[in-house]
Amino acid sequence: MSLLEIRNLKITYPDRHGEFTAVRDLSLSLERGEVLGIVGESGAGKSTVGNAIMGLLQSPGRISAGEIEFDGISLDTLGEEAMRQLRGKRVAMIFQDPMTSLNPLLTIEDQLVETIELHLKMDASSARKRAVELLDQVGIADADMRITQYPHEFSGGMRQRVVIALALCAEPDLVIADEPTTALDVSIQAQILELLKRLCRDRDMGMILVTHDMGVISETADRVAVMCRGELVELGSTQQITQNPKEEYTKILIAAVPPSNKRIERFVRVEQDAKIKLESKHSNDVLTDYWDSLSGSGSENGASREERSDQPILKVQGLNKIFRSRSGFLAAKGADTHAVKDVSFEVMAGETFGIVGESGSGKSTISRLITGIHPLTSGTIEYDGIDISRKSSDRDEMRRRRQIQMIFQDPFSSLNPRMRVGDIICEPMLVNNLVESRAEAMNIAEALIGMVELDADATRRFPHAFSGGQRQRISIARALASKPRFLICDEPTSALDVSIQAQILNLLKDLQSKLGLTLLFISHDLPVIRQMCDRIAVMRLGEIVELAPAENIFTTAQHTYTQDLIAAMPRFEQA
Amino acid sequence: MERFRSFLASDFFYAFKRAPVAIVSFCIAAFMILTAILAPLIAPTNPFDPSTLNLMNGFTAPFSKNDFTGDHFLLGTDDQGRDVFSTILYGLRISLFVGFSAVLFAMVLGVSLGLLAAMTGGRTDAIIMRIADVQLSFPAILIAMLVFGIAKGITPPELRNEVAVWVLIISIGLADWVQFARVVRGAAMVERQKEYVEAAMLIGRGRVAIALKHILPNILASVLVIATISLALAIITEATLSFLGVGAPPTQPSLGTLIRIGQGFLFSGEWWILLFPALTLLMLALSVNLLGDWLRNTLNPKMEK
Repeated sequence: MSLLEIRNLKITYPDRHGEFTAVRDLSLSLERGEVLGIVGESGAGKSTVGNAIMGLLQSPGRISAGEIEFDGISLDTLGEEAMRQLRGKRVAMIFQDPMTSLNPLLTIEDQLVETIELHLKMDASSARKRAVELLDQVGIADADMRITQYPHEFSGGMRQRVVIALALCAEPDLVIADEPTTALDVSIQAQILELLKRLCRDRDMGMILVTHDMGVISETADRVAVMCRGELVELGSTQQITQNPKEEYTKILIAAVPPSNKRIERFVRVEQDAKIKLESKHSNDVLTDYWDSLSGSGSENGASREERSDQPILKVQGLNKIFRSRSGFLAAKGADTHAVKDVSFEVMAGETFGIVGESGSGKSTISRLITGIHPLTSGTIEYDGIDISRKSSDRDEMRRRRQIQMIFQDPFSSLNPRMRVGDIICEPMLVNNLVESRAEAMNIAEALIGMVELDADATRRFPHAFSGGQRQRISIARALASKPRFLICDEPTSALDVSIQAQILNLLKDLQSKLGLTLLFISHDLPVIRQMCDRIAVMRLGEIVELAPAENIFTTAQHTYTQDLIAAMPRFEQA
Repeated sequence: MERFRSFLASDFFYAFKRAPVAIVSFCIAAFMILTAILAPLIAPTNPFDPSTLNLMNGFTAPFSKNDFTGDHFLLGTDDQGRDVFSTILYGLRISLFVGFSAVLFAMVLGVSLGLLAAMTGGRTDAIIMRIADVQLSFPAILIAMLVFGIAKGITPPELRNEVAVWVLIISIGLADWVQFARVVRGAAMVERQKEYVEAAMLIGRGRVAIALKHILPNILASVLVIATISLALAIITEATLSFLGVGAPPTQPSLGTLIRIGQGFLFSGEWWILLFPALTLLMLALSVNLLGDWLRNTLNPKMEK
């Protein structure tokens, strides 16, 4: 008998428009000692399955058909009280965000010992001994001392280890891990995945690993279930799914994952692009005219169309940024943060320059310094021969600065929700007097919308009518409206699904070759960086540890930190 | 028309339809506002036109005929023979006018200062918010009385009755702006962190344009909630001031003034002169308050328990 057996599961959410089916007709089984990966894009219903097993479906969601059988017990008909007995003791869950899944007011000891006492019926002192053992097992050094600390004294990765220890403390038979490493840096992710896999084997427990990350799945799971829009598309061994997928959707999904082992020119198109007619002749003319009027406005702007050159367009020298704690009127003084330390690099015209690093490495701060959103502490930034590190009152100079534009990380906060898409795209043209009239601006906006492959009537709608990927396209169109020559992409795809990510990365490559843009590409995702960049700077704690051509970084990294980073990256190799 | 149709299909209207409390309080409030606006058309008499008054009609009980003149008065009359129903309608007019104007004044002042504090930060922010804190440590009614007293002192006596209503509006407004400033500052600081504000900075928008065109439209929902709750508060503050005799003058009586006049007759048996204005005030304040609470819960679902 299987440990877990799901048969024809259907989960629905009634809402004001009727009923929304989150999961339909899903059948799965899980053996002891096995890791089953559930993979899919957002909205696929993969987390809903995990929550349903735990009896934690959010109201008003309910299981409307099918059954879940765990070790002979039918979970879907079990009462709330009996479910509570089971939860934590025999079925445990690991959540995505280690920052919020521990109670910040209790020490680790309080949280662990209480749970162990409750479930294993132990007295306090042996429960504590057990807790220390557990922490030791999940790789927390000096567990006897660390157990007395509060969650805020642990880093993100360490906290996730504590969460895992908490989930394991009652020796459950089944663990559901919902995106357990998504909030963590790659080097920590690799350790956590290794740990989960080992614990599964050693304790003969079953695990369901819910994730959107193909790399994570291919490294950890024994079998993989691919879900799409609430349905099971394909189920098979990890080897078969990743190397030899049978279903069309799985193939598409696999093709969209940036391979870690090589550089490809373009991603295979994932969505049927027939839907959107590519730019019409008319809009092309409008844009060409608009773009060409660049050369009239500045001195050496004729260079904008030329191919990659050896001429640096951006020179950053000795850049430092210290965030001073606010020490204003009646406020306490805290410690300063040195976010960027003595960073120097040059970006050549027409190239794609990548900055990669883990969270807190200062890579986003650099983009804010170049765009002037944050003032810098010391150093110089030279763009196209002019120093842009200080504020200037010269109008012409300010206008040249607008040639640096940016695409932001979070497509849900980077568009003003109260403005129509057309107005969002027109705003830069009107503010900077790049066009004569509003009508002309609207005309160009529509052409830009076509260029980023959205329907022209998008201009009349509000941002909330669009998905994350479409919003990111709008964000790109807005950046292009300023006629930029230099585009900063700050984690442009980290909030998107892989198939959408592939589309956006393709679009950026196309735009770059069409418009002769220089890209500064910032990401924590090594495979993505590898696909996009010509040269890469690796950052750590505010410093550049290594700067080299992209392929050299991946094949012959010099610095040990880079080597560690490459080693920890989840492998997803494409033949 | 298209806008109206999309409003009818919106989640907001859907939530409204399913909240009986909101529907009832909205209807009551709307009804009262309408009758106040149309008072000259609805009221059977003009209580402030001495030529229509008949002293013989004094102290007529509600729902009954006057013993001497045989005239009917729905809610009775006061000592001078004024129709209580008509005085309530005119009183409601003054109360609502003062309430709305005071909230508008407080809103403009509070929103501008709150935005200014959030956008500039540093010393300006500290000074504005410390003034707000100091003001919060006094009851609003005290501030209003203080402002009212000073204003009364500096206006010439012959103008006092004429400007009384405006002075009332300013003093209540000055007592209420703090709520707006605090909420707007908090909300604006959250919005300021969002990436669309950075995008606006990047295309060269100035601070003022960012504050007004980008941030303000996104915090209007919370401003609306505060405005509704402040409206109930302003109406009550006005009634309190008038009740204490420092608010609306007897020549332009608000509900508070009517209650003050009425309380003199409570123990001599003419209870209706007090009761009906008081009930009107209660219903008005309660319905606006309930509407405000519902609005807050609907526009900010996170606050619901």
